[in-house]
Amino acid sequence: MVLTHVQSDEAAASAAVFASRYVQEPVPSYELGEKSISKDAAYQIIHDELLLDGSPRLNLASFVTTWMEPECDRLILEGMNKNYADMDEYPVTTELQNRCVNIIARLFNAPLGTGETAVGVGTVGSSEAIMLAGLAFKRRWQNRRKAEGKPHDKPNIVTGANVQVCWEKFARYFEVELKEVKLSQGCYVMDPDKAVEMVDENTICVAAILGSTLTGEFEDVKRLNDLLAAKNKRTRWDTPIHVDAASGGFIAPFLYPELEWDFRLPLVKSINVSGHKYGLVYPGVGWVVWRNKEDLPDELIFHINYLGADQPTFTLNFSKGSSQIIAQYYQFLRLGFEGYKNVMENCMESARTLREGLQRMGRFDIISKDDGVPLVAFMFRGGTRDGSLAFKLSANLRRFGWIVPAYTMPANLEHMTVLRVVVREDFGRPLAERFLSHVRMALSELDLAAKGPVPKMRLTIELGPARSADEEASVRVVKREAVSGHRSVSLVTGKTKGVC
Amino acid sequence: MSPPTDGSDVYAAASKNQNVPSPRPAPFPSHIHLPGLRPGLDREHAATTHPSPPHRTTFPRARGRFPSPRAADLPSLSPCKPRPRPPATMVLTVAATAADTAEPLNSTFFATRYVRDQLPRYRMPENSIPKEAAYQIISDELMLDGNPRLNLASFVTTWMEPEVGKLIMDSVNKNYVDMDEYPVTTELQNRCVNMIAHLFNAPIKEEETAIGVATVGSSEAIMLAGLAFKRKWANKRKEEGKPYDKPNIVTGANVQVCWEKFARYFEVELKEVKLTEGYYVMDPLKAVEMVDENTICVAAILGSTLTGEYEDVKLLNDLLVEKNKKTGFNVPIHVDAASGGFIAPFLHPELEWDFRLPLVKSINVSGHKYGLVYPGVGWVIWRSKDDLPEELIFHINYLGTDQPTFTLNFSKGASQIIAQYYQLIRLGFEGYKHIMENCQANATALREGLEATGRFDILSKEDGVPLVAIRLKDSSKFSVFDISENLRRFGWIVPAYTMPADAEHVAVLRVVIREDFNRSLSQRLLADINRVVQELDAHAVHAIKMTTAIATQTGEGAEDGAVTKKSVLDIEKEFAEACKDLVKNKKTGPC
Repeated sequence: MVLTHVQSDEAAASAAVFASRYVQEPVPSYELGEKSISKDAAYQIIHDELLLDGSPRLNLASFVTTWMEPECDRLILEGMNKNYADMDEYPVTTELQNRCVNIIARLFNAPLGTGETAVGVGTVGSSEAIMLAGLAFKRRWQNRRKAEGKPHDKPNIVTGANVQVCWEKFARYFEVELKEVKLSQGCYVMDPDKAVEMVDENTICVAAILGSTLTGEFEDVKRLNDLLAAKNKRTRWDTPIHVDAASGGFIAPFLYPELEWDFRLPLVKSINVSGHKYGLVYPGVGWVVWRNKEDLPDELIFHINYLGADQPTFTLNFSKGSSQIIAQYYQFLRLGFEGYKNVMENCMESARTLREGLQRMGRFDIISKDDGVPLVAFMFRGGTRDGSLAFKLSANLRRFGWIVPAYTMPANLEHMTVLRVVVREDFGRPLAERFLSHVRMALSELDLAAKGPVPKMRLTIELGPARSADEEASVRVVKREAVSGHRSVSLVTGKTKGVC
Repeated sequence: MSPPTDGSDVYAAASKNQNVPSPRPAPFPSHIHLPGLRPGLDREHAATTHPSPPHRTTFPRARGRFPSPRAADLPSLSPCKPRPRPPATMVLTVAATAADTAEPLNSTFFATRYVRDQLPRYRMPENSIPKEAAYQIISDELMLDGNPRLNLASFVTTWMEPEVGKLIMDSVNKNYVDMDEYPVTTELQNRCVNMIAHLFNAPIKEEETAIGVATVGSSEAIMLAGLAFKRKWANKRKEEGKPYDKPNIVTGANVQVCWEKFARYFEVELKEVKLTEGYYVMDPLKAVEMVDENTICVAAILGSTLTGEYEDVKLLNDLLVEKNKKTGFNVPIHVDAASGGFIAPFLHPELEWDFRLPLVKSINVSGHKYGLVYPGVGWVIWRSKDDLPEELIFHINYLGTDQPTFTLNFSKGASQIIAQYYQLIRLGFEGYKHIMENCQANATALREGLEATGRFDILSKEDGVPLVAIRLKDSSKFSVFDISENLRRFGWIVPAYTMPADAEHVAVLRVVIREDFNRSLSQRLLADINRVVQELDAHAVHAIKMTTAIATQTGEGAEDGAVTKKSVLDIEKEFAEACKDLVKNKKTGPC
């Protein structure tokens, strides 16, 4: 007793979480707390607060993987404390990374002999991958211009206006001008003809997107390659192509093996792909692969010697966990070509169910294509008049738990407001059907609200005493007024960035 | 529904796209078992009379190569033995069962073919394999990685409380950039930024939000900070109508490789202050001398990677203030507190190195070092809004409020940020202080133990980051590289490396003390170092005796046909030199 009396703090620490003082005290949010708190309490406080986050599985906004097999979870937890940058200490992890690079390069038909190692690197995501690829193009262009004795201070890059925000970031941070090919109604991807027109001697590369973020459509890389090859021949420039296959890179090889978009086209010098999208790994892994060594200027590479072998590295980040790399190798090993193919086919199937279901409702125009990344982008029929409908529907669906973003299209098409549902492997038929029924319910609520406010009257009445015994109390209406009962719907508008 | 068969991922199973419950009539009543048929036959019967829906291809190769021991192939099996699967689900799963028939259902992993199949190194394998097998193969191979807990090379956290493990796994599928969808996670990040900014004495009022961002690590943090300095400098030069194409940055030669990276990738010249023997940090006097009008900032390091020493930021600040005054430049300071940022505030609160100094405009710190979180989190904090040029910030609207972002990475897991918040509220000031004191005490014990052997000079300082850097007093017989190599036999990973330019003849061994390196481990390390030193002593004597007696053929010689004879000692010397060369080139090194 004496002991527990003295260490009253300890006693508090061992009490049940909800019986402890931590439930009452404010959580430190500006300054470090003075005292420690028990680990159970810390766990519970954070865990409980996180309940208010959206459920990742119901987040239809994002391509990013939200489900993996429990076996892989175990590997991830075991690899959590391994620093990927310590190649010297964790050679096997490094080897697994190299294997993943080789597998991906061959999946993209890189011109490699048997047993030849590919040039590529694991990144935190496609943003890092794109910056690395862009940096390589920029440096290569600078070197060539320097060699020719021409100015090299005004590099530019040509992309469609439908690119992800990270291209914009790359341009701004690395001081490259971003030339965007504008979109037009009905064509929501980069037009290769227009793109090639915009190419000039300062263009470091043209970036094509395999799986546009907005509609999931594949851009016509083959045509771009042919047009650019012709232009290069005429002008003697040497403008290469980068393919941003963040979402489509793990779909096209399995579902459209005959589609030429990858290293089969001679001008495609580098490709990036997100391991955490259809690579089926939890967030934090991307890949960038170069056609061959010459496409990656040597001065950008830092060399690390590991166990006597030379390990070239080219990353923006340094220390990070190795779980995601291990998980990526797990997926390759576990699923194989066959498994990936089955998963992608299932996704397409679910997307088809969803698309047909939405079409049957007769309220939407589907703007995503049947081929491409399994997503369904739709807008209200005639929705160009009232863009806020989409935002209202999005807000309504959130009450069911679904996170479906509504956003306005990029420049030239700002009048269009689109809703987008991404189909991931864990969004199967049962969920798709449940989702459709919720859309129907949300729609009918919207219709109800659209009929305008329910008219309300406010009557002020006066009760008078009964004038005589056989009469009841008199009632007189003093005032009769109409009350406006507008339901306010708060809108989340203008989110033009950030779909990923 | 059938349970997931071990041949296919639940979501890859062909049955997924069937309606639930399946509208398809069952081929025959599910509860009736046809007694007359052999189990194998009724499967085939079902398959022929009720053609299954067009399923995806499954395992044809596996089936062909490995005759399956399923019931149909074993006529001796009693026909009334229960089948592993009820017939009702049979049609649905018939395609998928081909996978598990390739292997006996109940065989252990090491009895399957996956043990002898070659692993895919260059190409994606054709077929799927069971998840248990995939797990086992990878986890077995990873046994050959070093043990993170015994990795004394790195500051990076290798142990956390199991409660955090739960939080981490719960949020491993949350994407940190989806601020719209996960507002609480974003809020936790903002709280961490606030707490760290206060810890570093940022001049912000109570309840005012600090300017900072979570990153993947200090590398990203440093690039962001450097980018902000570069842009600010360029803007100022543009305004003054002066050229802005030759920016430079002044640092000590002891900086981590990421500064070099920043310089090379963002086209900034890196001016390094050379080190001298006995003085392994940046000399503020020399640094300020090197500052010119094109200097975007001076980077000071709190906790040098090599010796753990703090650089004298206060002196640097004072000298630079003077120089700025004299010349009219406006050169700011960045403090790279990757390792020291979570130590100095707790152990040396009176040391002025942070935002208390007016020229310190930004500070980065690694959450995954003494912030005590698993790798993948760093922080960068700016003094005020003005120090972060607006044009670098991308704005995302989230839940109606504006969330400015400034990162190089985009999608990433939210786990590490949540884990950082856990540590901050769990430990509080008191907890961090106790842990750092423990680390410091263990470092002292190790240092004293090593000093007591009489074989080593201690290069690390007592104050600073808890690490012990030592060099051999006498390295004529063997080098620290030999010690490092031999310690690996016991499982210890202790790196040896040479110092940077101008002190490169000094080779050191470095032991980083993390919170999970306790006294008993440190005593065992001491014992193992002693043992290695004694062995190397004995071996060196032995080798000298053998010098002329034995000659060996080297691989190099064999290549061009000539046979070179070399003594054991020569070979060893060569090897030691080679090791030195290797590590000399390892510019990236310790983190």
